[in-house]
Amino acid sequence: MRSITYCDALNEAIAQEMERDSSVFIYGLGVPDHKRIFGSTNGLVERFGKERCFDTPLSEDAMTGFGLGAAINGKRPIHVHIRADFLLLAMNQLANMVSSYRYFSGGKLKVPMVIRVIIGRGWGQGHQHSKSMYSIFAHIPGLKVVLPTTPYDAKGMLISAIRDDNPVIFFEHRWLYWQAGEVPEKPYTVPIGPANITRKGKDITIVSTSWMNVEALKAAEILARNGVDVEIVDVRTIAPFEDDLIVESVLKTGHCIIADNDWVECGFSAEAAARIYDKCFGRMKSPIERVGFAFTPCPTARHLENAFYPNAITIIRAIEEKLGLEPTDLSGEEFYSHENRFKGPF
Amino acid sequence: MKGLNIELYKKMCLVRKAEEMIQYYYSEDGMKTPMHMSMGEEAIAVGVCHALKAKDQIFGTYRSHAIYLAKTQNINDFFAEMYGKDTALLKGKGGSMHMCNPDGGFMGSSGIVASAIPVAVGASFANKMSKNGKYVAVFFGDGATNEGVFWESLNAACLMKLPVLFICEDNGFAVHTPKSEREGYESLTDIVSKFNCHVISEETTDVEVIYNLTQDGIKLMSDTSMPLFLHFRYYRYLEHVGICEDYEAGYRSREEYLKWLERDPVKLQREKLLASGINDMEIKNIESVITEKVMKSITKAKEAPFCRNDELFEGVLV
Repeated sequence: MRSITYCDALNEAIAQEMERDSSVFIYGLGVPDHKRIFGSTNGLVERFGKERCFDTPLSEDAMTGFGLGAAINGKRPIHVHIRADFLLLAMNQLANMVSSYRYFSGGKLKVPMVIRVIIGRGWGQGHQHSKSMYSIFAHIPGLKVVLPTTPYDAKGMLISAIRDDNPVIFFEHRWLYWQAGEVPEKPYTVPIGPANITRKGKDITIVSTSWMNVEALKAAEILARNGVDVEIVDVRTIAPFEDDLIVESVLKTGHCIIADNDWVECGFSAEAAARIYDKCFGRMKSPIERVGFAFTPCPTARHLENAFYPNAITIIRAIEEKLGLEPTDLSGEEFYSHENRFKGPF
Repeated sequence: MKGLNIELYKKMCLVRKAEEMIQYYYSEDGMKTPMHMSMGEEAIAVGVCHALKAKDQIFGTYRSHAIYLAKTQNINDFFAEMYGKDTALLKGKGGSMHMCNPDGGFMGSSGIVASAIPVAVGASFANKMSKNGKYVAVFFGDGATNEGVFWESLNAACLMKLPVLFICEDNGFAVHTPKSEREGYESLTDIVSKFNCHVISEETTDVEVIYNLTQDGIKLMSDTSMPLFLHFRYYRYLEHVGICEDYEAGYRSREEYLKWLERDPVKLQREKLLASGINDMEIKNIESVITEKVMKSITKAKEAPFCRNDELFEGVLV
């Protein structure tokens, strides 16, 4: 099978769905501009015209309500935000309108709307261009919240999201855009809801979200050489949060680390931990450990930014502590860095 | 125009009578939903809705009794929802503030000021995209124009040339806060008229005038593919929320109310019917038919069962 990037997988999903269904349209600030949302909206305006692929005023709140109005009138809008932080400008529409419109129409209206949001880690993005915040949306009944990690899931879950009759908020980590992987050319769906075991192992379970899956995999590869067999569960969907695979894995390994691509405090990791404690109580070998962003706004300077974000090393040290192992010598290891790849300014 | 004026009167009567009955029965505590009453506003709701076609769609606010009934005429569903009963479309999930009846063209109402405005714009975009010829009208108070999302939505609608009517029902207050405490400009319509849309503003309580102005506006919209902003003044007879008067609260005067009451829209229309040669008996017949209809709906709603408790979880997602 051919290998393509996460970004191209997203692009292909949108183009194929717009081709299949004339009610699908895509809009948002910068969607048809020359940068094309990091390339993820390439070719769409040429193929489908300005009526179905268009720019908007700087009006996140109104343009979210706009999508809701189009959705309840039979269209399938995809609204794009180049940074998750900007979604806060639309919080009223999301929390007071989009999430509950079906409920308050007596089930008569459906809201088949997708909101694509990019988690903006990059090169000194600072505290207003780098938030994740997905648990905020998962807190609200009536919204689906997904965060695919692999190019395969990116395409399959975006197609599922577009075909879904509910509002789906679709989080894409900026660093994932360059990850390549096998992706079928034909349209296919990956269901919203179930998690995915991306690495089988027997010693410890890492429950991870978005980019932290990539870091977890790196940690697992390094520790495998020392005889530690890590199992990784990619959560993929945090609303509706289906915990069966996670619970099954933790019952098998007895140890669990939740590596979340977000702040720990009151976040998704707390929900996951509560579910695991509820369902695995008395059958675990150690308490659950949580790994996430430092509880500060995201700083800009490189060394501070590196201290803010958890990575494979954070995970390795957490595993070692949990299993009572000596610290591995990591001096010869190469870790993920976009030091030379991502020069800004964007 | 006799037929038209009778139709307009019937619709206003239905709204007024429904609300009088809410006032009468509310103390029984069967309608457990906060009431934002429409009294004083009937001419705008009925005049505009009557100018729209059945297939057209409207959105509203928490003060939606008048526009809901003017658009749908569905008094049975209305009272069933007020009493929170299983027979209501929303089964008591929406109440007075969140009426919705998409089949009747009432697409929903929001309790958060201005929040339905962008939704109406998006609904209008979908209609334009589908080329189905439907207009969308969104009603809001003048307080909504203090919200950023109103201007965002107006801008987008004008930019995209959408078939949407913005109807500002201006009673001068946002809850109890007067314009003088809220607005750093003299004239809202002056500002709106700088946008690429049509603006019609009138201080009238004559439903026929409002009906005609709306029709003229819709004609302008179809000729130019531009949105329409309608601005009408009215006086809110009752308190912001609740079924009582609040002239003792001190933020407005009874004298002011009594002045508006002289040109009460329902009274005005009744006088117009009399002047046009329809006799008092005939009008009383119309009124008693409506009263009976309203009373039947209330009885039906009171007698209806509540929905099952597990209905709570229905309709969150598809």
